[in-house]
Amino acid sequence: MKVAVVTFPGSNCDYDLYKAVQQVGAEVEFVWHRERGLQRFEAVMLPGGFSYGDYLRAGAIARMSPVMEDVVAFAAAGGPVLGICNGFQILCEAGLLPGALMRNDVLRFRSHDVLLRVERDDTLFTGDYEKGQILRIPIAHGEGNFEADEETLRALEGDGRVVFRYVDANGEATEASNPNGSWHNIAGITNEAGNVLGMMPHPERAMEALLGSTDGVGLFTSLVASLSTTAGGSA
Amino acid sequence: MSQADATVTASPVPPRDGDPAITPEVVADHGLSPEEYERVRTVMGRDPTFTELGVFSAMWSEHCGYKNSKRLLRLLPTKAPWVIQGPGENAGVIDVGDGYALAFKIESHNHPSAVEPYQGAATGVGGILRDIFTMGARPVAVLDSLRFGDLDSGRVRYLFSGVVSGVGDYGNCVGIPNIGGEVVFDRGYEGNPIVNAMCLGLMKHEDLITAVASGDGAPLMAVGARTGRDGIHGATFASEELSEDADESSRPQVQVGDPFTEKLLLEASLELIASGAISGIQDMGAAGITSSASEMAGRGGSGVEIEMSAVPVREAGMTPYEILLSESQERMLVVAEPGQEDEVRRILEKWELEAAVIGRVTDDGKFRVLENGRVVADIPALPLTEGCPTYEREGVESEEIRALREADLGEHLIPEGDLTRSFLLLLGSPNVASKQWIYHQYDTTVRSSTAVRPGGDAGVIRIRGTNRAVAATTDCNGRLVYLEPKTGAMAAVAEAARNLVCVGAVPTAITNNLNFGNPLKAHIYHQLREAVLGMRDACEAFETPVTGGNVSLFNETDGRAIYPTPVIGMVGIIEDVSRITSNSFREAGDDILLLGANTGELGGSEYLYVTAGLVAGQPPSIDLEGERALQQAVLQMNHERLLASAHDCSQGGLASTLAECALGNGEALLGVRAEIDEELRPVVSLFGESHGRVVISCDPNNTAEVLRIARLHEVPARRIGSVTPASEGFSLTVRGGVVSAPVDRLARAFFDAIPSIMDASPTTGP
Repeated sequence: MKVAVVTFPGSNCDYDLYKAVQQVGAEVEFVWHRERGLQRFEAVMLPGGFSYGDYLRAGAIARMSPVMEDVVAFAAAGGPVLGICNGFQILCEAGLLPGALMRNDVLRFRSHDVLLRVERDDTLFTGDYEKGQILRIPIAHGEGNFEADEETLRALEGDGRVVFRYVDANGEATEASNPNGSWHNIAGITNEAGNVLGMMPHPERAMEALLGSTDGVGLFTSLVASLSTTAGGSA
Repeated sequence: MSQADATVTASPVPPRDGDPAITPEVVADHGLSPEEYERVRTVMGRDPTFTELGVFSAMWSEHCGYKNSKRLLRLLPTKAPWVIQGPGENAGVIDVGDGYALAFKIESHNHPSAVEPYQGAATGVGGILRDIFTMGARPVAVLDSLRFGDLDSGRVRYLFSGVVSGVGDYGNCVGIPNIGGEVVFDRGYEGNPIVNAMCLGLMKHEDLITAVASGDGAPLMAVGARTGRDGIHGATFASEELSEDADESSRPQVQVGDPFTEKLLLEASLELIASGAISGIQDMGAAGITSSASEMAGRGGSGVEIEMSAVPVREAGMTPYEILLSESQERMLVVAEPGQEDEVRRILEKWELEAAVIGRVTDDGKFRVLENGRVVADIPALPLTEGCPTYEREGVESEEIRALREADLGEHLIPEGDLTRSFLLLLGSPNVASKQWIYHQYDTTVRSSTAVRPGGDAGVIRIRGTNRAVAATTDCNGRLVYLEPKTGAMAAVAEAARNLVCVGAVPTAITNNLNFGNPLKAHIYHQLREAVLGMRDACEAFETPVTGGNVSLFNETDGRAIYPTPVIGMVGIIEDVSRITSNSFREAGDDILLLGANTGELGGSEYLYVTAGLVAGQPPSIDLEGERALQQAVLQMNHERLLASAHDCSQGGLASTLAECALGNGEALLGVRAEIDEELRPVVSLFGESHGRVVISCDPNNTAEVLRIARLHEVPARRIGSVTPASEGFSLTVRGGVVSAPVDRLARAFFDAIPSIMDASPTTGP
């Protein structure tokens, strides 16, 4: 399996994401935002950071990068696309995911570990987790407050497209466990087809016990496993 | 300037149209004394032009020229086999093993932050990052060492929240984790906050590059952001006292940061260095093009010639004076290999940045500036960079401070009311309380290498691809330096070293930031001199040479100086990441031991400040040999994997230290049952801040071996109690007294202190 990690000017988690993919044994390449053509990849990842300095609005400029046209086409063809943090913001700006990521309700940047409840263990990205499992994963963002209109929220919840939710140690989606004011404690969602996942927390930073958590590993192994299944050994 | 006209010829560089005439007032406005101006004339062999005067003013400011500190700084030890680059470059560099080198440095942005806290702090971080990546190292961690007045002032809260946002936003955007630092609140910093930022960068040995301009004819290129009118004369500004009206009139001297451009510049610079297309690179930091170009020429023993009209500028009509002294951020000066200009441009263009040839290296030793081909400044480079007059002054201790130190603390040794009440007051003092409110605004985990995050004794960054890690801490208790400068400075070095051994790192080298008042005052010079001597003794005793740093003098507002604050940024090496030790207790049932002994002084303690508003008394004495033995003992215990936790005992004393160990980061609270019998008053036993002490915990099966190692190193050690489940509460019994409270009560005092002030109280803008 070969994964593209797209680097925008101002991306700063691209290297971490690259190392995380490498750690689970997949091939990985950086793709500069001006490069075209993603056909040779089996998955595309948009890393965290501050693309274009978050100027104008987080992700608003990056979505106009040349590579994004290919990301949209890649997603439309059913290819798996993962956006983390700023990557999630870009996916929303590009219309690949619904809703928007607003300023944290505390009006400050927040950086610490959070607990996430896995809401779906049958997506391309979460097969190695158990539904209800609680993950410990760092966040680091100023604009992670997920908002959408009533209809969109109903659809997201009704279709089971909320994949991760902020919870407390008991697995309850409480107000205190919500770090940014996201509606329904939403931390990660997929598109209707289920092949595009956006999430604010950073699983690529939770890959080693030395650094505090290995709970992010499952996300990357899940993706590798689902792709080797669908590829059916044809590669 | 007439009287010397007979000996000095008139300028062959005619004045520019519109430049002011040079009068004694103009000279004084440039921060030069009449004697220094005479020295300028001697160096030039004539009167300088207005442009040249501006150049000298910047280069001979305290900020660039270290004129009041250079002779003292020469006293510091700078050499060791592991030092690759000592003082004099953009940053110091040490060997950390396995082919890696660590570049590190601390720098101040006190004056800008006092005027515009957000941008002042942000650009402070930006500047120190550039100092690191211009050495060829990739920045891997930032620390910040901050001082403010008491938080009951709205203005202080405004400065504090602005500085924290500035430090955070800049580092977060560039993507460099913040791994620690310190913050102190004390009325001694009311008018002059201290904002020091430290950066660590890693590189392979072979990637080291220096800021030297050599090779006659080699092109000089300006890369990165364009030059604007911001920060003009920042270096001179940073070398003056602040006055009350500094707020408004000084705004143009504060630079504006753009971390997005910095990130691009970082990547472009590292790519440039790797490409081999350049031979030297330096940040255009303090004093901008002037200092970067003249210093690179000075180091290379060469000259430079720069054409002003070739410098990319933000606005039309900038004079050479403005271009030369602008401190616009995110700019670099590089010396390209001849013929490689296009390669430099190609790399910069990829990162969506500009590069322009603005001049060339020459062999005539001159710093020459042209405007459309006409010479506007022509100065010998070496006297400009090295010829700054240096002063050694008479230092005399202030009688007022001596009296404070010798004050009788007798009445304060008997507590008013309940000891537990005092204890909770201490835990809730912003100086002791949890700093989560601050570092939760900092990205601490980006780059996925942070093994110990802020909140511990030292931050730790692992080195990918090896089994190693580097640790770093910043420390200084300014009250102790104020009361007794020499022991206070020794204590700062000793505390830094204790912090490093607690996480399992071998103390290796330091960078320092000397934050002081006006050195022209005898008692301030006394503080500076004594502090440097104390630092020297401690660095020699611990074999931690000084590889560079920064001096920030004139930290005074309306004649009132800050506490002398020589911040120590110390780095250490961990050879095996599996030995990294936390400062929080690990599990109930573990034994708690105290290494070191209480020497009985209460002077300068947080207890006195919190309960009586006092900064007075004899500060704790310090025994450098004992400190060294303690460091060795803790490292051996760590090496033999005997420790469950280790925490330096400092501000707030033993009681606060035990509470910090039990509370950790708030996620897994534990309790404490401890007792210590010392021949001391209860408040001294509980809250005294003697140096040379570390609280450790270990499996009871290891206690005997821990005690044996302590004896081997002749370090006093005793078991003082046990870690308990949180439900059993916290108690520490001393001779004649006890503090005890439910753990959640301690947790509320400790964790809610700063948020309850900052989230509830309005801040007052400028």
